[in-house]
Amino acid sequence: MSTQEERSGRYLDFYRDNIERISENSSPYINSFRQNAIEEFKKLGIPTRKNESYRYTNLDTFFGHPYSSYFMPSEPDFVKAEEFRCDVTDLDAHGVVLINGFYPTITGKLRELPGGIWIGSLSEASRKFSGMIEQHYGRYVNGNSDGLVHLNTALASDGVFLWIPEGVSLGKPIQIVNLVNSDQDIFNQHRNLIIAEKNSDITLIICDHTLSPQKFLTNAVTEIHVGENAHFNIIRVQNEHNNAAKITHTFIHQERNSVATSNNITLHGGLVRNSTHHYLGGVGAECNSFGLYLSDKFQHVDNYVNVDHAFPSCKSNQLFKGVLDDMATGAFNGRIYVHPDAQGTMAYQKNSSILLTDDAKMDTKPQLEIYADDVKCSHGATVGQLDENALFYLRSRGIDKRQARLMLMFGFAHEVLQNINVEALRERMDNLVMQRLKGELSRCASCMVKCV
Amino acid sequence: MLIISNLNASIDGKSILKGISLEVKAGEVHAIMGPNGSGKSTLAAVLAGREFAQVTEGTVTYMGRNLLEMPAEDRAREGIFLGFQYPIEIPGVSMVNFMKTAVNEHRKYKGLEPLSASDFLKLMRDKKELVEIDSKLANRSVNEGFSGGEKKKNEIFQMAMLEPRLAILDETDSGLDIDALRIVANGVNKLKKPDNSTIVITHYQRLLDYIVPDVVHVLYDGRIVRTAGKELALELEAKGYDWIRKEVNNS
Repeated sequence: MSTQEERSGRYLDFYRDNIERISENSSPYINSFRQNAIEEFKKLGIPTRKNESYRYTNLDTFFGHPYSSYFMPSEPDFVKAEEFRCDVTDLDAHGVVLINGFYPTITGKLRELPGGIWIGSLSEASRKFSGMIEQHYGRYVNGNSDGLVHLNTALASDGVFLWIPEGVSLGKPIQIVNLVNSDQDIFNQHRNLIIAEKNSDITLIICDHTLSPQKFLTNAVTEIHVGENAHFNIIRVQNEHNNAAKITHTFIHQERNSVATSNNITLHGGLVRNSTHHYLGGVGAECNSFGLYLSDKFQHVDNYVNVDHAFPSCKSNQLFKGVLDDMATGAFNGRIYVHPDAQGTMAYQKNSSILLTDDAKMDTKPQLEIYADDVKCSHGATVGQLDENALFYLRSRGIDKRQARLMLMFGFAHEVLQNINVEALRERMDNLVMQRLKGELSRCASCMVKCV
Repeated sequence: MLIISNLNASIDGKSILKGISLEVKAGEVHAIMGPNGSGKSTLAAVLAGREFAQVTEGTVTYMGRNLLEMPAEDRAREGIFLGFQYPIEIPGVSMVNFMKTAVNEHRKYKGLEPLSASDFLKLMRDKKELVEIDSKLANRSVNEGFSGGEKKKNEIFQMAMLEPRLAILDETDSGLDIDALRIVANGVNKLKKPDNSTIVITHYQRLLDYIVPDVVHVLYDGRIVRTAGKELALELEAKGYDWIRKEVNNS
């Protein structure tokens, strides 16, 4: 195992050797963050288990690996991205595809959707919508102490830009498909910026897929601004192979009376770490943070949630559930921070996991810091086996043990899935989760890689 | 139909059933009464295949087969139904999915094709009417958030769906008000056919006003201490269990 300096050193060298090339593709405003970010990264390094919020997750196997440097994908990769078809055939959505963190160039880098919504490449948008970028970019990650967020700010040069203007509601969801495909082991970063203005209403689906069996490490940051009285929904479906690591940092900043819901569904992946930061930045804002993780073999899934109640009369609700099989491990860390002025806060948190074997392991940790007095707060965590009484109840009606176990696990998972507000996706997820629990889905259903 | 012979069972090494023998013939209704802790629920659990009680001695023959060798699900498919004293809440599993799976497992066991969606829904509708269950309950998760009375009605609804040969109702009357009791008892009576049998386990004589037994057994300290006709229930109601207790302890 390499030392902390060696591990960080690889990425510092990477920055030094490539910063010119990275900067060429970005606007001066985005570039203006890089120097400071790499300094911060140098100080903080790649998180180790000494870092409280990474206590149960070992990043060494993925961050200690030498990856080939990789920037703009080539033309054939873009063709592959264009050819990719989402497996959820009933899903009627406006879709975009990112390949290795870059927006493909074939069909134009920015396009307008009904209602004056703009979607496309972040690097392109940073030139076309520079005012918008300067107002929002880098603002919502501000003050974060995670070295990987700073590494992303220093290195990322593209990702998705999405702007929903004031009062616009789009009947259809928007879907971003993240593809990773290469014949070499690669490390990739992308950066998304989403601006949902006042009174807008939008649902965003993000799907993570791998198309080739190489070792991949993705470190992605998404900044989201949810304006006053806006409704914003983000659903992330993760289905990558066991040799891939996916690290996501999502920052959702909410203005008054807005409602934001995040749902992280992790079906498959070698190492998955999702940190979701909800900032309730106005009176009466409400957020939901949901998650489901199904893991087996040596997979590890870590969900970190941070809810900041910065204003009075806000409401938050966290529900994370998971089923762990074989030697799989998992972690949940849910932090609720209630600021001194945030009276009338309601904050709830629940994490339940089912361990199917003696070797599976789950660490769960609630973290509540409350500095206001008029607060309703609750948290609960359970780690256990399937309920024997429920199992017998089903069997006593003629349902065999295997089927009864499946029904119970599915029912357990469905409590999270039922919050998906897009019917076609919810049905597909129900279906995929059922297949996954039956052991029929050992890889992504639409994946072209026949990996183990 | 059911022959229990010298059945002994223990839980965690503690002897609970101490030599029970009884026979239920096709078409009969048996009531098993007895004070708390006498072993009534353990007997029901052993018959349904619950694994927490270990049978240490004796035999149970059901339809000519050794019942104790059959897993719980096969007992159900062979026509044994246990109405639970405390029905289990199962969040996330809908009543519809639960019953569809159960009915089709029964059909598969008999070598029949699964019911079509429309036939199944029609069956649900008919049975709901029969047992006067609120149709909204069927759209919810199994027993989740049901009142005590709704849970018991739901047991009878499941019984109606599965049409058992032998129904064992474990304290189906506990926690019911008089109206719910009447609905539950009516349901059981409507489901009665000339050749199916019922074992009603209860503390009180009240339920037996509605479901009239052919035979009444009194269970006390893991043994059947008295067996007689339905008049025994009335006698117990009048004299209480102390009367039995004294008699047993004196002999």
